[in-house]
Amino acid sequence: MLNQYLVLSAILFTIGTAGVFVRRNLITILLSIEIMLNAVNLTFVAFGRALGSADGQIIVFFVMTVAAAEAAVGLAIVITLFRHKESLNPDSFTLLKW
Amino acid sequence: MTETTLFYAFGAVAVVASLLVIAQRNPVYSVLLLIGSFGALSGLYVLLDAPFVAVIQIIVYAGAIMVLFLFVVMLLNAPHEDTEYDEHVHPLLRPGPMRFGAVLAIAFGVELVWALTRHIESGPFAGGAVSSVASIGTLLFTDYAFAFEVTSILILVAMMGAVVLARRD
Amino acid sequence: MTPLLIAQIGLTLFVFVALLSSAAVMVYVERKVAALLQQRFGPYLVGPKGLLQPLADVIKLMFKEELRPRAADALLFGLAPIISATCAFAAFAVVPFGASTTLFGLIDTPLRLQVADVNVAILVIFAIASMSVYGIVLAGWSSNSKYSLLGGLRASAQMISYELSYGMALAAVLLVSNSLSVTEIVNSQSGSWWHVLPRWSVFLQPVGFLIFMTAGVAETNRAPFDFPEAEQELVAGYHTEYSSMSFAMFFLAEYINMVTVSAVATDLFLGGWHGPFLPESLGWIWFLLKVGALLFFYVWMRWTLPRYRYDQLMRFGWKVLLPISVINLLVTAAGVLYFGI
Repeated sequence: MLNQYLVLSAILFTIGTAGVFVRRNLITILLSIEIMLNAVNLTFVAFGRALGSADGQIIVFFVMTVAAAEAAVGLAIVITLFRHKESLNPDSFTLLKW
Repeated sequence: MTETTLFYAFGAVAVVASLLVIAQRNPVYSVLLLIGSFGALSGLYVLLDAPFVAVIQIIVYAGAIMVLFLFVVMLLNAPHEDTEYDEHVHPLLRPGPMRFGAVLAIAFGVELVWALTRHIESGPFAGGAVSSVASIGTLLFTDYAFAFEVTSILILVAMMGAVVLARRD
Repeated sequence: MTPLLIAQIGLTLFVFVALLSSAAVMVYVERKVAALLQQRFGPYLVGPKGLLQPLADVIKLMFKEELRPRAADALLFGLAPIISATCAFAAFAVVPFGASTTLFGLIDTPLRLQVADVNVAILVIFAIASMSVYGIVLAGWSSNSKYSLLGGLRASAQMISYELSYGMALAAVLLVSNSLSVTEIVNSQSGSWWHVLPRWSVFLQPVGFLIFMTAGVAETNRAPFDFPEAEQELVAGYHTEYSSMSFAMFFLAEYINMVTVSAVATDLFLGGWHGPFLPESLGWIWFLLKVGALLFFYVWMRWTLPRYRYDQLMRFGWKVLLPISVINLLVTAAGVLYFGI
């Protein structure tokens, strides 16, 4: 049973990673990061259940808090970038290229 | 028996919703599909005897973080992404490299599955007790008390950062 | 199909029908009480004393044409009232409304008068309240009209701001009663002190009760916090473009949210179904009386107090109600620690 949960979380993690690399919209990239964090949460809870300790859930608690903080700051950065360039495509922010 | 069927049902919903999240053009639909995926994950947490984490997932992720995403998407009113048939599209986004990227993603997934599942016997879960909220609270305030306090400072710093970054001046 | 299973399914259907009829009753009560407060008659033509007025309203709404703006997003436009109504009903599923009963001996194990008995019931109520924000914000967005969008964004910002005080008032109740299950909280309020004062939580935490009711009024977008659907300022806010049954679903969701907030406040603060003179098995009568009193208080407040302006509303929620609820939590925690309440 643990294997099935781990396979599911691996699939979700892969989907999140593919989303980060493929999509050209800053908000969808942030959403794919959230998918990856959720896959990791599922792994933690599954292992916590298999090993019979509540530590997995505590770590999930902290991961969720960090994800919330990161989403807030990430979205603030997206808003600032949008105000400068009126575009959400990461390919249009090329000022630092030589 | 019902537990396995529920696991497959919730797992299928989560995977399909996540696939649609990265495939949708409209960012509002992506956010709503991700909320659906979070709901399925919350069901999986209930199956894993973690009701507290399941409800916290709904309250924090689906109820707060996704509302934040939705507000930003609606207020920015961003134009939709370019489709893959525009002429000034990035060379890496043409259909050929995208399909190769999908093959790489599948290879990555297979590698993750292999790494996670070897040396682990997969039987049914041991009959464990449902961890009560009281036991989580006790652990949180004794063993993980330092991490708890640092997390509160982290949230404060993130709030200040978000306010400063998004301010018009 | 044990008798218990049949009884549980019957209970679920009964709760559903009761919530629908409570919305209809609330429509009538609101109009009659508003009329009496404003020294006029209110509905008196349809049926004796106007009692069939809600039925006439429902029939009228069913026969109206269902409109949709052409530029509206069809999927989200249809989904938004469904989300609102579903979350309103789902929040009542974990609220118990009576003691365990054996239905006069028809079933062998006692049936809890609660649709679902989870041991994290308070958090479930809070979670579903957070989800009901989506119905409003999607209604505002998908209508593709500026009044709807502004109303939707303002309503959802107001709801998520007052959820914090709501949650802190709930946390103070948890400190005193030591359990997350609503049934156990109600049962800890049975009996009385010195045979005179019933052992209700409202006497232990009066400030908590006031915070909870204020945040509840703001959560359900009722006056004096109903700026997002204010008729004079925003046409009708987020449900401007809706008609017929979708509009009815938003109204239904609002009234059922009111009933749920009153029922949760009764269970957590006013002792639930415990009361003098009646045996335990008839406790649901006391529950109905207390919920009715709180609903009358809702209607009374709407037609007496003027409406808050939006920035006053947000300032009140963040700068006044949230610090008071945090202080309430601290004082309750100190009381539990030092006096062992």
